Amino acid sequence: MKISSKIYSAIILIFLFAPIVVMLFFSFNDAKSLSVFSGFSLRWYEELMGDRNTLESVKNTLILAASATVISTVMGTAAAMGINKIRSRWYKAAMNTVTDIPMTNPDIITGISLMLMFVFVGRLMGSATSLNFWTMLVAHVTFCLPYVILQVLPKFQQMDKSLPEAAMDLGCTPLKAFFKVELPEILPGIITGAIMAFTLSLDDFVISYFTAGNDFETLPIRIYGMTKKTVTPKMYALATIIFFVTMTLLLISNFVDNEDQRRLRELKKKKHLPSK
Amino acid sequence: MKKRLNTYHAALAPYSFWALLFILVPLVFIAYYAFTDDSFAFTTEHFTRFFTATSNILEDDGTSREVRTYLLIFWRSVKLAVISTAICLVLGYPIAYIIARAPEKTQKTMITLIMIPMWMNFLIRTYAWMTILQDTGIFNNILSALGLGQLHIIGTETAVIIGMVYDYFPYMVLPIYSIMAKMDLRLLEAARDLGCGSLSVLRRVIWPLSIPGVVSGITMVLIPSISTFYISQKLGNGKFFLIGDAIEGQYMANNLHFAAAIAFILMVILLVAMAIVKYVTNRYVYGGERE
Repeated sequence: MKISSKIYSAIILIFLFAPIVVMLFFSFNDAKSLSVFSGFSLRWYEELMGDRNTLESVKNTLILAASATVISTVMGTAAAMGINKIRSRWYKAAMNTVTDIPMTNPDIITGISLMLMFVFVGRLMGSATSLNFWTMLVAHVTFCLPYVILQVLPKFQQMDKSLPEAAMDLGCTPLKAFFKVELPEILPGIITGAIMAFTLSLDDFVISYFTAGNDFETLPIRIYGMTKKTVTPKMYALATIIFFVTMTLLLISNFVDNEDQRRLRELKKKKHLPSK
Repeated sequence: MKKRLNTYHAALAPYSFWALLFILVPLVFIAYYAFTDDSFAFTTEHFTRFFTATSNILEDDGTSREVRTYLLIFWRSVKLAVISTAICLVLGYPIAYIIARAPEKTQKTMITLIMIPMWMNFLIRTYAWMTILQDTGIFNNILSALGLGQLHIIGTETAVIIGMVYDYFPYMVLPIYSIMAKMDLRLLEAARDLGCGSLSVLRRVIWPLSIPGVVSGITMVLIPSISTFYISQKLGNGKFFLIGDAIEGQYMANNLHFAAAIAFILMVILLVAMAIVKYVTNRYVYGGERE
């Protein structure tokens, strides 16, 4: 790299990392200040561990993210299999267009639209509060699904099409062929898709904000509430922990993806598999 | 064969149903709420209100001025989003180019580094900028330590723009990078052999080839920054209401129909904007060859 490129990259990285460094640094601050560092302490981490409501919201976030991940991964994988195989061009195009909508629409539109429908249906059924855990779960599954499909569909397309055919000629039912032959082939896509869904759900604020009821508070919603008042470094301690958890998850997902690429390359070298 | 095809249709059925019910129908509800009043009778009053409601704002010199409330908010959202997107493009294009030309190992590391900030919760990222930019914050402490005096940033449009650029910068870099990484290097060599200088290689070869990445980068930055509502509240001290703030405010005040109307207008504007971007790229970049 040229020296000017190096300097420019460094400036960009400083800009990108400034808030993260500030957050990490001040989460270990002894005093309450978020701009003057007075000494190292784990005080805020201790306080965080004693904060019942925040821990409760962490638990809620994990329950929601896990449920949304399982549902969207199963439904998304089945959908990818279907989209890959259906012959009707019209149906295929319609599915692709619809799948794009939650990814290109601003979150606020997705959130508002779901909220309006939930409120309307809730009113029809005569309940006073129509937003709860279930509405949030539906919303999360909805915005996770396209990302799962986007990860799994290419794996189906890359797969050697004669493999499941061969299995079925040898007496497998389509279902059996799927579990014995196709599933192992597309598994890396499913894993990356699931991890993506999990992190998206974990991190989502805007859509949750519009679809959440009062009885189920997730972490981003709690953080939103906390930042309305003056914030203590306790929140930075929390952010630091989340940051490292998310980073670990994404590194795993990267690793799975790289291993898969490597395996595919080796397979291609050994046998002459079709290059697509 | 017929039986197998049925299995595939069955596999797709739950998602088709889900997509219809939770992706398409909710969008119809936005339109339905936008065009009805509290008792669900047809009305266009929300749109009239959006275009005609006025309020008085206090100028810096103490005089007050009457403005069209929501039109001003809308104009401001578009302005700040366009400025932020432009800054992201100007800052992001060179870095995408630098990364794409680096050795493969460096490329991977750099892309991971660019993406790391996205792994921190968006609310906290933005809040961290608020503490950095405060009058008594780290940025001003550094400035005064260097003897450069103080800068009042928080609560200005500049602060909101900094927040938007920061939050959405990776969305600009990643698509441009992935196009540039795939670019055929022989084309650049050929251009140079034929007598192009570095600048004209950039202008005549690299830039036109990278347009698809630039277009998706612009889309991915423009859409979230035009609809954001947290950044403006925190970094603008709530003084610069944006379209997202207006929707959120009406939602909090339980004016669901008016909130739906604003969301509807936002949706229409974005659809038109995307259609224009698509038309312009097709017309002027692909010379009308692609559909």
